[in-house]
Order: sequence, then structure tokens, then C-alpha cells
Amino acid sequence: MVPLSYYLVLSAILFACGVMGFLLKRNIITIFMSIELMLNAVNLSFVAFASQWHALSGQIFVFFVMVVAAAEAAVGLAIIISVYRTRDTLNVDRVNLLKL
Amino acid sequence: MNSPNLFLWLIPLLPLVGAAVNGFFGRSFSKKTVAGVALLFSGAAFLLALRVLLSLASLTFPYVEPGISWIRSGTFHVNFAFYLDQLSLVMLMVVTGVGFLIHIYSVGYMWDDDGFYRFFSYLNLFMFFMLMLILANNYLVMFIGWEGVGLASYLLIGFYFLKDSAAAAGKKAFITNRIGDFGFLIALFLMIQHFGSLDYQKVFAIVSQLPAETVTTGVLTAIGILLMVGAAGKSAQLPLYVWLPDAMEGPTPVSALIHAATMVTAGVYMVARSHAIFDRAPTALLVVAIVGTLTALFAATIGIAQTDIKKVLAYSTVSQLGYMFMACGVAAYSAGIFHLMTHAFFKGLLFLASGSVIHALSGEQDMRQMGGLRKKIPWTFWTMFAGTVAIAGIPPFAGFWSKDEILWRAYSQGPSKIIWALGLLTAFITSFYMFRLLFMTFFGEYRGKLESGEHGHDSHGHDSGHGHGGIHESPALMLVPLVILAILSVGGGFINAPKFLAPVFQTEAIASGAEAHALTATGVADEAADKSTEFRLQLSSVGVALLGAFLAWVLYLKSPHLPGQIADSLGGLYRTVSNKYYVDEFYNLVLIAPLIAMSRNWLWKGIDQGFIDTVINDSAEATGDAGGALRRMQSGNLRSYAAWLTAGAAVVLAYMVWLGVH
Repeated sequence: MVPLSYYLVLSAILFACGVMGFLLKRNIITIFMSIELMLNAVNLSFVAFASQWHALSGQIFVFFVMVVAAAEAAVGLAIIISVYRTRDTLNVDRVNLLKL
Repeated sequence: MNSPNLFLWLIPLLPLVGAAVNGFFGRSFSKKTVAGVALLFSGAAFLLALRVLLSLASLTFPYVEPGISWIRSGTFHVNFAFYLDQLSLVMLMVVTGVGFLIHIYSVGYMWDDDGFYRFFSYLNLFMFFMLMLILANNYLVMFIGWEGVGLASYLLIGFYFLKDSAAAAGKKAFITNRIGDFGFLIALFLMIQHFGSLDYQKVFAIVSQLPAETVTTGVLTAIGILLMVGAAGKSAQLPLYVWLPDAMEGPTPVSALIHAATMVTAGVYMVARSHAIFDRAPTALLVVAIVGTLTALFAATIGIAQTDIKKVLAYSTVSQLGYMFMACGVAAYSAGIFHLMTHAFFKGLLFLASGSVIHALSGEQDMRQMGGLRKKIPWTFWTMFAGTVAIAGIPPFAGFWSKDEILWRAYSQGPSKIIWALGLLTAFITSFYMFRLLFMTFFGEYRGKLESGEHGHDSHGHDSGHGHGGIHESPALMLVPLVILAILSVGGGFINAPKFLAPVFQTEAIASGAEAHALTATGVADEAADKSTEFRLQLSSVGVALLGAFLAWVLYLKSPHLPGQIADSLGGLYRTVSNKYYVDEFYNLVLIAPLIAMSRNWLWKGIDQGFIDTVINDSAEATGDAGGALRRMQSGNLRSYAAWLTAGAAVVLAYMVWLGVH
């Protein structure tokens, strides 16, 4: 059996990748995907713990996260499309109407 | 006996309605409507007062009309209630009667003035406050009236507010009165603290249980002296008299009504009203007597050297008010009020007549520019003559009776004969300067520039707007009040006011016992012996009055070059007197200039600019700086927000880890 620490390290690496992508990328779609990556990194640690401790609640929580992520994807993509329609760009640095 | 309902509350309220109507809507009224409204409401107040007088027989004094509750705090109550006794009745008749006459006169006098409606609104407002002052049932409502008449006085002195001197005179009157009001207020606080009430009846009931204070320090003495400070401010006594001569900047009817007949006598009324307190505070009474006597003499001497006709009358008013306080100071309150009444008649008359002279000369007020007007304005002359004889104290005119009463009381029951002697000296000076005024104005050769029939457009003085023609007699509207007041000045002395007023001041005296003799004064036993003394005193006061008139005749009619020579030979003394003893300059130097310097250097530049402004500005600047620094966080850049978020999460995480390790 693969030890728990392997899963957690992988989860941490994925989460860090997500954070770095979120911070460094300019394209909204990429940022969006980075968020999904972070969510799934967390999901991975949830199921790893659930399997380790034989506790079902971790697995159930993953479903909740997936549902929220799906809803978020629906809303987020709609926003991204309307941003693209109005500004002809997906670069977040150009979406700066509220900037001083 | 069942007293009829007198509707006392309506008496002050009517002029207030008149003031409101004219004040709010007068601008769009015609002058006739404005005059009609003003006369209607002040006249109605007079008729109501007359109704009170006529129902005198069926009245039991004091008559108290329960009003509405105003302040209710624990056991301390103040009501808007009205109080009537012989004292307030005399004042009521004087204020409404003389007030109404002056209203009539003003219609003629102010007809050409642009502020016609404003003038009558203020005048009615004054009547309202004055009647509140008189009819109040307690000191607090009296204080409302007291402050209100001050306000009306301020508004009317500064009536020609475009003129700097008028605006300054208004402020001077108001501020000087504040000093007096401060004393009055402290006296009220002391009353609340020690008697727990401001109602006349309650306070006097408590006070009459107290023994007379023989020591110099005591609550009653303190209250008495503080009340006198208030009275000195309102009634222009030493050392607060300085505002009254300047108050002559106001229109002449105002000088007559407010600054001669009614408002300035409020202090005398207040002292007489508080006689229960003064009776038991001999030191306070002595202060009243000294202040009154000195003011009477001091102001009279200034009156000798004035050349402005209204200024002479103003100093004369201060001097006569001094007489009234002198009377109160020797516990002869009824004599003081008697003089107040006759003074209201003849001084009101003198002011109105002087206004008529000024009107005739198109605004000229300098007596050196007058003379020989006797033939040209005979009605004014004869009425003014009646007033002069009355104030000089020549029998049987009104002033003789009241002034003689005061001098007699000062002689018979005063603490010292000096008071009587100074009073007599003042009577001599009074007679002299009043006849000087009369001779300079109406006799001799006309010295002015204005020719009869010629149109005078060089109207000096402030009552400009009267420049419509040469020397002319005033319209009937102005002459009728003059004649009525002249009749009162001639016959007013036969009203036996002291006897009428006696119950007010006597009941207290009997209660306290010790003062019974002093107050009933002409004690029955020694009345016969006193008669001859009284007669000799009367002779002496008539003598000095005639002597003063004779001296004025010699100096200003027989040999008019003499006054100049005398003035020259006196040199410095004359200059001092004609400059009013430099009192204004002295106050400027000692009080006003240091006050302004202190306000400017410490309060303004030191505390206000140096401390308050610095603290406010610096804290505002610090807030701005902090905001400027924090603003950099809110860049509007989405990824920088994300970086902050991550950094925050990292910090929290690090803290948790650190907690876990330890």
C-alpha cells in the first residue's frame, strides 16, 4: 500500500502549482484552471485521509467540493465569456476598471 | 372678595401678536396698515390695563393669575403666572399708557423712514417683553422680560444699522447689560439654592421670617448686592451707565420709550419688588443708596457741558434714575416708584419734544445750532417748557412732588444727611442744565443755518430723512402725545402714588417689626414735628430749583458770552466734564483694550491657533498620511490581491505550525 505521506506530498505539490499558476498567469482561463487544480489537490488529501482512517466523511466532502467546483465553473465561465465579449481580452491586468 | 378675571396674560400677548404681524408681513403692508396694526395692539393692551385699573375697587391684592407650568424639576417649580399688586399696576399703567402715546408719536416721527414696519415690530416686541417683566409672578419670568427688553433695546438702538456708530452703540448697550445680567443671574441662583423657589410670594414669605442681617456678610446681602448689579446695568447706574448716552443713536421715540420712560426703570422696579430682601440687608441697601446718589450727582455734572440735546437728556435720565435708587436706598421705595412714574411722564415728554425739535430742524441735534425756536414751534416749546419745569422740581409740577418726596425721605430716614445734601445739589444742577437746554434751544437768536421756508438738505445727525422743508412745527400726530404728556407732567404729581403703593411696602415692614418705623416713615407720633422740617426742606428744594433756573438765565440769556469765559477759565476741569470725565476712555484703557489684547494674543493666537488648530490639523494630516500609505495596498490589480491573500494564508499557516511545534 502506498503510504499516506506520498499522497500528501503530491497534494501539496499540486496545490503549490495551483497557487503559482493563480499568482503568475495572466490569462483568466489559466487562472481558473489553477483554482480547479487547488481544489482537486485538496480533494486528493481528503480521500487519502478518508481511506487511511476508514472514515466516509472525507469522501462525502469531496463530492461537496466537486459540486461547488462545478457550479463555480458554470458561473465563472459565463463571467469569462462576458468579460471577453466586452473587453476583447482575457488578460486580467487589462481588467482594471476599479484601479485607482 | 371675588376678584374678576383680569386676563392679565392677554396684556403682554397683544403687543407680541402685533410684533409678529408687522414683523412677518409688514414688508408688504402699506404704512397706514403697519401703523394701524401697531396702534391697535398696543392700544388694546392699554385698554386692558385700563380695565384692570377700573376694576380696582373689586380687586384684592396681590392678584395672582395662575399660568401654565414651565419648569418642573423635583420641588422646584416655575410657572408662567402673572402677579398684580399696586406696584405692578403703577408700572403697568406707565408702560402701556406712555408706550401707547409714544406709538402714536412714532407714526408721525418715523413716517418717512424706510424701516417703518421694522420699527413698529420692534417697538411692539419691546412692549411685550416689558409687560412680561412687570407682570411676572417670579424672578425667572421677570428675567425673560429683562433679557427681552435688552434685545429690543439693542435692535432699536442699532435701528440705523448701516451707521457704524449706531451699530456700535447697540453692541455697547447689549454687552454692558450682560455684565449686569450676570449679577442678576447669580442672585437668582442664590435664591434657588437658599429658598428653593423663585416665586415672589414664596421667596418673600421665607425672607420675611429671617432676621435682618447686621453683619456685612450674608445671603440676603449677597443677593441684594447682586440684584443691584443687575439693576445698575439695566438702569444705567455707576459704573455701568456708559451705554445709555450712546443709546441715543436710536430714533428719538425709542430714546423716549425705552431709554427714558420704561426699560431703564426696570432696575428700580426690580429693587422695589425685592424690597423684602433689601429691608433685611442694610449693607445692600446702603450700596443702593450710595450708587444712586453718586450716579445722580455724577451724571448731572456731565449734563452741564453737553451740547447735543439728546445727550443732555440722556445724562439727565441717568441722573434721575440715580434719584430713584437713592429713594430705594433709604427704603423709600414708594417715593422711588412715584418718581419713576412722574419721570416717565416728563422725561418721555422731554424726549418727544426734543424729537419734535430735531424734526423741525431736519435732523439737527446740536444745541449750539438752535436758539429762538420759541416762536417757530410754539407747541413744542410750551410742552417742553412744561417738562423742564417738571423735572426742575418747581411746584406744582409733577417732578416737584416726587423729587421732594425723595429728598424728604433721604433727610428723615437716610443713613446720613450727606445723601440728602448731594440730592439737593443734584436738584440744583438738574434745574440748571435743563433750563440751559431750554434757553439754548428756544430763546435768544437762531444760530443754525436752516432758514425758515428754505429747503434744508444738509440734515446732520442720524434722523436723516426729515429734510423736508425749513423749520416747521410737527404734525398733529406728534403733538397730541406731547400735549397729553405735558398735562400729565403738570398734574401727575397730584396722583398720590406713595399712599397707593404703601400697602405693598408696608405689610412686610410690619411683619419684620424692626423696619416698621423706617418704612411707615412718617410715623404718626412725630408727624407734627416733621411737618415743619418737611416744609423747610420743600422750600430749600424749590429754592435750589429756582436758583438753577436763574443761573441758567444769567449765563445763557442775559450774558451769553459768560459760559465761554467760565469754560476757558476752568480749562482742564471743563474739558474733563465735557468729555464725560473720560470714563469711556478709562474703560477702554483699563478693561476693553486689555481684554482685546488678551483675546487676540492668548485666546486667538495662543489657544485657538496655537493649540486647538494645531491638534486638529495635525491629526487630520496624520489620518491622511496613514490613508495614503494604506492606499498602496488597494492597487486594483487582481493578482496583487491574490498575492496578499496567499501571504496572509501563509502567515496563518506558519502560526498554526508554530503552535503545533510548541
